[in-house]
Amino acid sequence: MRASTRIAGWGGVGTLGEERLSEDLVSATEGVPLSRGLGRSYGDSAVPPASQPLVVGTVLADRLLAFDEASGLLRAEAGLSLYELNRIFLPRRFFVPVTPGTQFVTLGGMVASDVHGKNHHVAGCFGEHVTALRVRVGDGRIVECSPELHPDLFYATIGGMGLTGHILEVTFRMARIPSCWIYQETERVPDLDRLLGALGEAAEKYPMTMAWIDCLKSGPAMGRGILYRGRWATEAEAPKRAPSPKLRLRVPFQLPSWVMSEQSVRLFNAAVYHQHVPQVRRGLVSPEVFFYPLDSIRNWNRIYGKAGFTQHQAVLPASAGRGSVRRFLELLTSQGGASFLCVLKDCGAQGKGMLSFPMPGTSIALDLALRDHTQVHIDRLNELVIREGGRIYLTKDALTRPEHFAQMEPRLSAWQKVRDKWDPDHHLRSAQSVRLFGDKP
Amino acid sequence: MNVVILGATKGMGRALARLCAERGDRVFLLGRDATDLTRSAADLVVRGGQGAVAGTARCDLEQSDTFDPALADAQHALGQIDAVVVTAGLFGTQEELEADPARTERLLHVNFVATVMFCEAARKLLLSQGGGTLCVFGSVAGDRARKPVVLYGASKAGLAAYLNGLDHRYYSSGLRVICVRPGFVKTGMTAGLRPPPFAGEPDQVAKEVRAALLCPRPVVYTPLVWELVMTAISVLPRALMRRIKF
Repeated sequence: MRASTRIAGWGGVGTLGEERLSEDLVSATEGVPLSRGLGRSYGDSAVPPASQPLVVGTVLADRLLAFDEASGLLRAEAGLSLYELNRIFLPRRFFVPVTPGTQFVTLGGMVASDVHGKNHHVAGCFGEHVTALRVRVGDGRIVECSPELHPDLFYATIGGMGLTGHILEVTFRMARIPSCWIYQETERVPDLDRLLGALGEAAEKYPMTMAWIDCLKSGPAMGRGILYRGRWATEAEAPKRAPSPKLRLRVPFQLPSWVMSEQSVRLFNAAVYHQHVPQVRRGLVSPEVFFYPLDSIRNWNRIYGKAGFTQHQAVLPASAGRGSVRRFLELLTSQGGASFLCVLKDCGAQGKGMLSFPMPGTSIALDLALRDHTQVHIDRLNELVIREGGRIYLTKDALTRPEHFAQMEPRLSAWQKVRDKWDPDHHLRSAQSVRLFGDKP
Repeated sequence: MNVVILGATKGMGRALARLCAERGDRVFLLGRDATDLTRSAADLVVRGGQGAVAGTARCDLEQSDTFDPALADAQHALGQIDAVVVTAGLFGTQEELEADPARTERLLHVNFVATVMFCEAARKLLLSQGGGTLCVFGSVAGDRARKPVVLYGASKAGLAAYLNGLDHRYYSSGLRVICVRPGFVKTGMTAGLRPPPFAGEPDQVAKEVRAALLCPRPVVYTPLVWELVMTAISVLPRALMRRIKF
């Protein structure tokens, strides 16, 4: 019997519906409102609208179509996973120019979210490296677009959350790497000012940086954390052998919601902070350990239990000064928002994607278990983000209010114009676009 | 290994072709749609290098006149053929098939009549070159009839009987026949169905089938655990089979 299944974001927000999996995206996407890859966006961006609960699952459309060793140009179907790409290309000394914090994402998802990574300050978003897209737009036509061909559609689709067209094929440039190992330095830093300073310094010397912070700590040690900086190891430094694949654990079932209580997260954060001895550690690690620490536990989202969780990721502009990060953390700690993962990253220039998330400044990402008060917390955080002139990342979002998003996003109307041009009736939509852009539910 | 695969553009056939390409085999792809074949060939070339794909040819189980020319192309491109693999086939749930007699007829025809006719053509070719492996995908549904897969299972049971006989008749002439019996595998064919316990992944099937191509056995359950599952089901009394839902 064919049954309807639950289609949810990584945080658990979702609806009952049908995920149509097919190798043939061209015929599968006809008349369907949304495509979905591996479902790692946290909120409702890959969840179909309630009145038409049908998504195309792209993961079976995963063929590599062309690769040019000399230029690094690669063309593939949109459902190809980053995991598979890494498996094939790491041993050949090629790597995606930009990687998010999990390899369980598809190329289509990487374009739709215009993902950024630890190297944003030098490499920008994934979209910067995309040279062409094949897209099924709202009226059913299949269109090739690139910076030269239908540039409006191209730049509206990069970071456009799949709302301007079903992404069928992606062409982008892979980066050559000197070895398949990473040289990493990590440093324990006792407070926010020094952490932000160290993050800025690291960005000048290292192509990859980020920091984890203990966001439950308030007072003078607020913002204490661990700074990560790294680069690809040179051929001379790296061992000859390829890194062995990591053992993957699973969370076998959903844990009860009390597991992620404020107390347990406080203990966890303190343990992570204090176990980092000596203060600075150096060494070679595999890309898997460096880029995808959470991938070692499949279904880690289950630790939040049935109620689920959301992520809030905002970028606070450099123009607002370092004080803005302090104000953000002060608000967060005063609200008692238990987040066991809180990540800081200094972002480089804004990308060309019309709704692309990063801007020069500091990005803060945190997990929040879904509770009765979570909506209020998100609202307060968003009000602060608006005051500071920042914005949020749609890929993480499930709770932002439309009026808040409009205030954060002066670019929204320009993007809407392109969307209206290619899909005047808004056939293509998601639960997120219903919530934020007033599409037909 | 020189391998011809009918059905290499999708599901388990795709996974097998990829594994073969990555392990240095030469594959020749047969399928219904020329564009689809070209795209799959490109995928295999990126993975395994130019040598991985010997060529492609159009071959449709519903057009028996495409069998001989396609196989001849494959033989011409590969020289010696070590194995012909058939993963192509149709599927429908029992409810879908009961509601649509035309679809049922087509499925029974493709999965049994047409597949047997293709195997006959492949058998002749393999015997003419002194032997080789004929590896055909049946299903655990062909083992013991169960409520959700009566019609589909019947088509695969017929196929299994044919392959079994082929093994008896031509083993001494050098033909090695493999009837692969996949359990529930998560592919486009089973998309939308609720995966039962022990549901497998195409990559795992590919590994086990390629190992069988190197060392042929008449019957291969894959993932392996399905041999146990089907043994258990085969001893259930009829009275129970009438009651349970699977």
